[in-house]
Amino acid sequence: MTVPVSYYIILSAIVFLTGVVGVLIRRNIIAILLSVELMLNATNINFVAFSDHLQDLGGQVFVFFALTVAAAEVAVGLAIIIALHRSRSTINIEEFNLLKW
Amino acid sequence: MTFAVGDLFLILPELLVITAACVVLVLDPVLRGPRKDVLVWFSLGTLAICMGVTASQVSGPTAIFSGLVIIDAYGAFWKLLLYFVTGLTILLSYSYLKEERLYFGEYYGFVLLALAGMMVMVSADDLLTIYLGTELMSLSLYVLAGLKRAEPRSLEASAKYFVLGAFSSGILLYGISLLYGATGSTRLPEIATAIASQGLSDPLLLLSTILLAVGFGFKLAVVPFHMWTPDVYQGAPTSVTAFMAVASKAASFGAFLRVFIEGLGGLKANWSAIFLLLCIATLLIGNIVALVQTNVKRMLAYSSIAHAGYALIGVVAAGRMEGSSGIASVLLYLALYTFMTFGAFAIVAMLRKGDIEGEEIEDFTGLSKRHPLAALLMLIFMVSLAGIPPTAGFVGKLYIFKSAVEAGMTWLAALGLIFAAISAYFYLRLVMVMYMREPIDHSDTAPHLVMSPTLSIVLACTVAGVVIFGVYPNPLVSFAMQAVLILK
Repeated sequence: MTVPVSYYIILSAIVFLTGVVGVLIRRNIIAILLSVELMLNATNINFVAFSDHLQDLGGQVFVFFALTVAAAEVAVGLAIIIALHRSRSTINIEEFNLLKW
Repeated sequence: MTFAVGDLFLILPELLVITAACVVLVLDPVLRGPRKDVLVWFSLGTLAICMGVTASQVSGPTAIFSGLVIIDAYGAFWKLLLYFVTGLTILLSYSYLKEERLYFGEYYGFVLLALAGMMVMVSADDLLTIYLGTELMSLSLYVLAGLKRAEPRSLEASAKYFVLGAFSSGILLYGISLLYGATGSTRLPEIATAIASQGLSDPLLLLSTILLAVGFGFKLAVVPFHMWTPDVYQGAPTSVTAFMAVASKAASFGAFLRVFIEGLGGLKANWSAIFLLLCIATLLIGNIVALVQTNVKRMLAYSSIAHAGYALIGVVAAGRMEGSSGIASVLLYLALYTFMTFGAFAIVAMLRKGDIEGEEIEDFTGLSKRHPLAALLMLIFMVSLAGIPPTAGFVGKLYIFKSAVEAGMTWLAALGLIFAAISAYFYLRLVMVMYMREPIDHSDTAPHLVMSPTLSIVLACTVAGVVIFGVYPNPLVSFAMQAVLILK
């Protein structure tokens, strides 16, 4: 018995929307970063599910690249957050008001 | 799947730029003090070589690496534009970073890495390579935006850019994954074939088109996905702002057009409707909000948003008609936009008030008395941005509006014209401040322009582009037409 591909799409849609809502409502940059990771991982679910459904390896290759890029993104993001914390002693985005948001 | 060594020669410019970036990053800690200048000339030399190689590649499309990358005149057009902008950025940064006392050799490394990402974006023919190019560009730009580590505004800009950039990449990637599911491939030509054969019935297809439009909307800074632009442009070091406003916008348009014309060309009725809404919203918000800005960098940020709106008129027109003059007008517009926007940012970067940048409109008060030449150049850039003849900005708008009329949307051209008239108000207000008011501040900290040989080269190149292409745009027009014909 196999799980139909539509189940995976629904799962990934739920994960993706959780990430989107997280980015929009969370105020802590680390939490926002984690929500972005959720969005990226939702795409990975999609790619693997479609790859299996279509019997095409392209999707799985895409996942490797997406994971690598996500790791690089976290590295740069955390570096920026550390620099920001050093200068402002906060990572709450509501307190970043030097520039009109 | 085969790996042809010959393919490596075709991506020689990309390899050269990446190698140069790595060399710069490695040499930076080794070189001390003024010897770091070597890195600047090394980067410029690399760009000159790449320009030569790419100029010889303006030819028919050659798909390489199993269709991941395509070498064609379209990509060459964007690449030549990007080399030019990067060269100007490096020259401007050379004097700007000295003035800001930022002695980071890795700055040039990141500029080159961003360039490499942009080059991949415009020559990629697969959503995977487009995504990787976009990310390489964005990650380098996040770092560059936050380079003034002592300046909280710069860090804040970097953080905001990072959060919204990562968010938009997530949306873009989700759109790509759904498109892969709907069409079974990430290669643009195969996506086009799949759409042509199975029709538009799949709801996943429409959803993925919308998500891709949103993802690219963030990168292109069109309303309502523009919120990050003014903040990031204001907070980032001005040389980086100029680079972002021009190069990253050009590269994003390059990738965006290829995805939507070549890959999703079958859905053009759907996406041209989406972009029509975005285009009108962008023109409206960009031009109206710019009216009330008091900071020149913010004003130019809204101006760059508005210019993306004008370019979108060409995209909408392309979706509504046969033939390629719509796309050609977008290429032409962005090439001409480069000269005037970069020139304006160069003057803002080098106008110093004591130790900081004079970036408020007040700081330009009476500039014509103190620096008549700089005021004249700023006047030319502002007139061109407003689209008044005989400047490059007028030619760009002329071709955009002409393609809208050809597509049967005279009302859209008229709307664009009205917004251009509104925009003249805030561009010419700056001119008025420069020419019609007496300088108020006569102390040592009064805003003054720091001239340097490299800044002179930058200003000479940009003003020459604005004036020459304003009077005689034919070479650029024919290159744009040639670059576009190959794209279906």
